[in-house]
Amino acid sequence: MLKRSSIFVLMALSLALAGACGQEAPSGGQGSGGGETAGGETTGGTTGETTAAEPFRAEEGALVIYSGREEGLVGPLIEQFEEETGIDAQVRYGDTAELAATISEEGENSPADVFFAQDPGALGAIADAGALKELPQETLDRVPEAYRSPEGQWVGTSGRARVVAYNTEALQEDELPPSIFDFTDPEWSGRIGWAPTNASFQAFVTALRVSEGEDRAREWLEGIQANDPIVYPDNSTTLDAVASGEVEVGFINHYYLYRALAEQGEDFGARNYILQNGDPGALVLVAGAGILNTADNPEEAQRFVDYLLADQAQQFFADETFEYPMVEGIQTPRGSFRSAR
Amino acid sequence: MTVLPKERVAAKGAKRRPRGKRPPALVALPAALVALAMVLPLLYLAIRASEAGLTEISEVVFDASSLEVLARSVLLAAVVTAVAVGIAVPLAWLTARTDLPGRRVWAVLAALPLVVPSYVGGLVLVSTLGPRGLLQGALAPLGVERLPSIYGLPGAALALSLFTYPYVFLTVRAALRGMDSSFEEAARSLGSGRWATFFRITLPQLRPAIVAGALLVALYALSDFGAVSLLHYDTFSAEIYIQYKSAFDRTPAAILALMLVVLVAAVLAVEHRTRGRANYGGRNSAVARPVPLGRWRLPALLFTGGVVSLALVLPVGILVYWLVRGLAAGETLESVWESAWNSVFVSGLAAGVAVLAALPVAVLAVRFPGRVSGFVERLSYVGFALPAIALALALVFFGSNYAPALYQTLALLVFAYVVHFLPQALGAIRAALLQARPSVEEAARSLGRGPLGVLATITVPLARNGLVAGAALVFLTTMKELPATLLLGPIEFDTLATEVWNATSGAFFARAAGPALLLILISAPPLYLLTIRDRVK
Repeated sequence: MLKRSSIFVLMALSLALAGACGQEAPSGGQGSGGGETAGGETTGGTTGETTAAEPFRAEEGALVIYSGREEGLVGPLIEQFEEETGIDAQVRYGDTAELAATISEEGENSPADVFFAQDPGALGAIADAGALKELPQETLDRVPEAYRSPEGQWVGTSGRARVVAYNTEALQEDELPPSIFDFTDPEWSGRIGWAPTNASFQAFVTALRVSEGEDRAREWLEGIQANDPIVYPDNSTTLDAVASGEVEVGFINHYYLYRALAEQGEDFGARNYILQNGDPGALVLVAGAGILNTADNPEEAQRFVDYLLADQAQQFFADETFEYPMVEGIQTPRGSFRSAR
Repeated sequence: MTVLPKERVAAKGAKRRPRGKRPPALVALPAALVALAMVLPLLYLAIRASEAGLTEISEVVFDASSLEVLARSVLLAAVVTAVAVGIAVPLAWLTARTDLPGRRVWAVLAALPLVVPSYVGGLVLVSTLGPRGLLQGALAPLGVERLPSIYGLPGAALALSLFTYPYVFLTVRAALRGMDSSFEEAARSLGSGRWATFFRITLPQLRPAIVAGALLVALYALSDFGAVSLLHYDTFSAEIYIQYKSAFDRTPAAILALMLVVLVAAVLAVEHRTRGRANYGGRNSAVARPVPLGRWRLPALLFTGGVVSLALVLPVGILVYWLVRGLAAGETLESVWESAWNSVFVSGLAAGVAVLAALPVAVLAVRFPGRVSGFVERLSYVGFALPAIALALALVFFGSNYAPALYQTLALLVFAYVVHFLPQALGAIRAALLQARPSVEEAARSLGRGPLGVLATITVPLARNGLVAGAALVFLTTMKELPATLLLGPIEFDTLATEVWNATSGAFFARAAGPALLLILISAPPLYLLTIRDRVK
């Protein structure tokens, strides 16, 4: 990750940091992004922007979104939604699974209107608990059947593909095998990194069980396990380990690479390998959204979900978050969603 | 929870006061309220665990891997505690009692690693000392292709020790400053050597402070998730987090968390045996003269500098590197001033409330030791030892269903912080109260002053080093708190910790670096004020 760099020279810059952090914020949604009475009213005069009388409470009537998707990804989109519809949206960002647990604990009293989740597992869990309401058919029809709840309680909003990230010094793309099942070969012993406790991975295994059967899925898991993979907590640490050469390949989601390239430049030491011919190693996982039964603002919530499926937002996912759109006919910079399947 | 055998309580109690003396309502009532708050997480876990049948419970409890995880957790806590004490006690003594050059600055720098969030600390260790990290990069010209793996116990223990030793450092330093140096002077004048004086006189007097800090370190190690997951060491808390994160089932997680509570009770029992019958009443009126280091000055500086380099300079350096790398690639910095202010504001609030809540519990435990007071004191440690997500969900449950008006307000968030961090204030105040002679309070009472008057004019001033140290600990740890802030804070209430999390969870390291550095930077001035206070004591 960090190599031969004169970090101690850079240390001197740390003192200038406090000043640098105060630069004008671009419109990209920090702090109390959504509106004039949103976040930090008790800030007591550091900026002179204090307005509201009742600080830190969700406003009456504001659409409340629990988002397991990161602010850096979807914050700008939610701001666009507010601007275009005039609806005031307030967002609680958090870990998808923790927010799902929170909604379950809140029960009838949940302040949330919409749950915008990183993976279908969390949506399914709260749908099973009866927390989500059925979406109208025209909303559901925007998205292929495979990427929405069979009961119509949530809908996929964008997809990400599972890929094999590989270290470019250790491997060439043509040295990589055609199927995810080939990585159970003992030749890959000690060369694999994965994040088995990560929600994306869990969703991948679920999909593997469904598409290939319980036995094949178990066989694959045991085969990889026999190759002594190194366990990482999540996708980004796995990718870093691949890039630094700690491991040679890692099973992750596709878009982490594009963020790393954007931040660290083209000499980043890892690339994506996308398995072809419908191999389950290239499964597409969706992020999705559902509306709570207890929503105080069901109409605004519905407009938000529809907004996520509108062409404009779908194009945003394709261009800005490097994801695959769910709706047909959206151009992606990196090949269409269909071909990735 | 463990309860003391009756005989020992009686023997302890009899030392200082006639048996049967009751604490004034002014102390007992708030302490009871605090105890009530502390029961909430346990109650929640019991409710969730009871949803499982007996078979499911026994399946989780007697799972073959449970024992193994238990052993790993205990091992980690023991190693981290030993290393942290080994680092912190010498540092505290050097910066409080010797003529170490720049000792006040060192004192601030040595306490700062406490604000480094453990997931940031873990990332930093992996990227420097990992098999192909910075150090390997530096050694590559010498033909080093790969470093031995730091994953597992060594890495997890190193990360946690480096970022938790300030618990011991701050409490021990406070104790050193409040300690009666006349014993040491007497020992020296009677011909005892410097080392002998330290080990025979100073160290025993520091025992309550060391044990108080060590307890926090041990419990932190048991509750941590960020560092252990990054360094691939599976503990109880990691298991609990995995249950929440990947199984969407709160019942097994609650059963595991209750098992952790049993483990914590055992740790508290050990702590109770080692804390000793510490009773060193007596305060010096003059500051102890600094011990000249002489030829030990250079080794002392190297030791201090080495610790600060690893625990502070290294993370700061990596963060600056991430920041610069990101800026060079065209990232823009966003304003985090509002988040910074939110962090400082809410942490200050939490520190103040925590000290107010801890004081009656500490007075009760120290001045009126007994079965009940011991129970209340130990109960308050449960919130600290639980993984933060379990505690946060407990308050989500009670808040949303039984106090909807307070749910996701600043008030409930501060309440959550206090339930979580109370033991930090408690330990420091307790250690300070032990140093203050109860006879002064008794004299004031016998001269007709009421309990409130005694508390305000005698107890609080006597324990002020502990109060300040306790407030500082709560402040610093609240600055980096994440799970409760995300789930229980007012909506769109961003702190520096949530900004860092927002960025790292999406692998935007450059965006994480700015707020993370600011988190460390703005924690420095309050710490500096603490050390200024030292001088004018």
